[in-house]
Amino acid sequence: MNWLSEPFRHEFMQRALFGCALIGFTNGMLSAFIVLRRLALMADAMAHSLLPGVALALIFFGLAPANLFFGGLVAALLVGLGVQIISGSSRIKEDTSLGLLFACSFALGLVLLSLSPARVNVTHYLFGNILGLSDDDLWIIYLISCIVLPLLVAFQRPLLLLMFEPSVAASQGVLVRPLTYMLMGLLVLSMISSLQAVGVVLALGMLIAPAATIYLCSDSFAAMFWGGGIIGTLGSCAGLFVSYWLNLPSGACIVLVLGVIFFAAYLFSPKYGMLSKFLRRHHLHEESLARWRER
Amino acid sequence: MTTHHLEIKDLTVAYHRVPAVHHVSLDLQCGHCVALLGPNGAGKTTFFKALVGLVPKETGAIIFGGHGKVGADTDIAYLPQRSVIDWDFPVTARDMVEMGRYMRLGVWRRFGKADAQAVDDALRTIGLTDLAERQISALSGGQQQRAFLARSLAQNAHVFLLDEPFTGLDQTAQDLLGETIRRLAAAGNLVIASHHDLKSVPELFDQVVFLNGELIAFGETGEVFNDENIARTYRTHVFSGTHEHRSGLARPT
Repeated sequence: MNWLSEPFRHEFMQRALFGCALIGFTNGMLSAFIVLRRLALMADAMAHSLLPGVALALIFFGLAPANLFFGGLVAALLVGLGVQIISGSSRIKEDTSLGLLFACSFALGLVLLSLSPARVNVTHYLFGNILGLSDDDLWIIYLISCIVLPLLVAFQRPLLLLMFEPSVAASQGVLVRPLTYMLMGLLVLSMISSLQAVGVVLALGMLIAPAATIYLCSDSFAAMFWGGGIIGTLGSCAGLFVSYWLNLPSGACIVLVLGVIFFAAYLFSPKYGMLSKFLRRHHLHEESLARWRER
Repeated sequence: MTTHHLEIKDLTVAYHRVPAVHHVSLDLQCGHCVALLGPNGAGKTTFFKALVGLVPKETGAIIFGGHGKVGADTDIAYLPQRSVIDWDFPVTARDMVEMGRYMRLGVWRRFGKADAQAVDDALRTIGLTDLAERQISALSGGQQQRAFLARSLAQNAHVFLLDEPFTGLDQTAQDLLGETIRRLAAAGNLVIASHHDLKSVPELFDQVVFLNGELIAFGETGEVFNDENIARTYRTHVFSGTHEHRSGLARPT
């Protein structure tokens, strides 16, 4: 068992594992809502739009996690607001304005980063740096989990109504608009925490893969909600170990492990997997053939 | 059970300042199955949405059971068209009916025995007990529609607004759903359904509302469901002369 315990001798691995477990669980739980509300592209856009805020914070306030956190938050909120304003005031639809603003925002971020004196650290925010978590980073990750998880648990019923059908939910008295904004806010928060682990570019993986996996295995929303958290945690930690053993980039390993779990479900899920679909079809065919012969 | 009224007084609803429903006044009594008839764009869905407070009213009032607090209220249940629902959503028929109870539970209260009982009752009334554990996409169209009715029953609604519930149903499913809504009405509820198939109106509904932007006619099916009202409702919709011409051609004399 030396291979399993060996990584824990390093303090940076202990921190990374703790961070991974928290980030994986928070993002995994939220992923149920992203998948069912079909917010995947929105989430991707949000992740990219964090960049200029991060860059500005880096330039003006230095490379402290709290600065980057608030920079990213402000940028994401501005882009979110901009999307609403453009799509609400012109004939441009929401997806178009979202795509436009997120591309521009990311481009602006890249330009700003190239102007920044601390150029070396740019890749950390593009691809994550879970092995270099400071105390402040861990605190931010912890606090974000303390905000996101209780809110998701507390509001899971109205959120479920909202996701199933917004207009019916509204007719039942669900406050659709505030709840949507809350979900967006939680999305931004947990995305900021996942920046540390996998970076802007790969953040989407942690926010989608866990619930998408369960979605192929179960017809229960509760399973998607809690199972997403569990798969997120296990997948992230496993990815971290893989990256340690094979000496590969950690963010990429985390997302790849989550991806492998997803494809395993896609192929082998007993309920909605490709293999069982194929076998069942065969089975049905045999059955009808047998019935035809009996006739 | 005392019979309630759903009273609609001078209701006007506008989309982007273009009125979709003009000055409609209606007094609907519980215990009836009402067909809402009108061509596409006549404001049927808007009318429903205004009744449950999904779109703001320009003028008018909606009063149910003697109070005007209609909107975010459990008395009136809105059932959207089947096509707007994502039926792959990971819930069973029972889960879907349970959703009818969620708003009375609030954030922290547990789903208790009384709630489970209400869900069981609703499923039994609608005749879906045997299919309760099925994922909703494994239900047929008619069963999906009835699952929605059960959800509204669990919500303790008295007024059921159904947006084109019969669209895409085969004859057997239509008969079963028709029987279900008649039973709901007989139990003292008010069922209002927008409907497109004029032929089946007399067998399914005992009252008819003709709507085309404004109220054309309302009354017992036997009295108001006639050629004259149908023509007034479906012809005033298009203003161009070509339509008159075409409808003249379409009708052999």
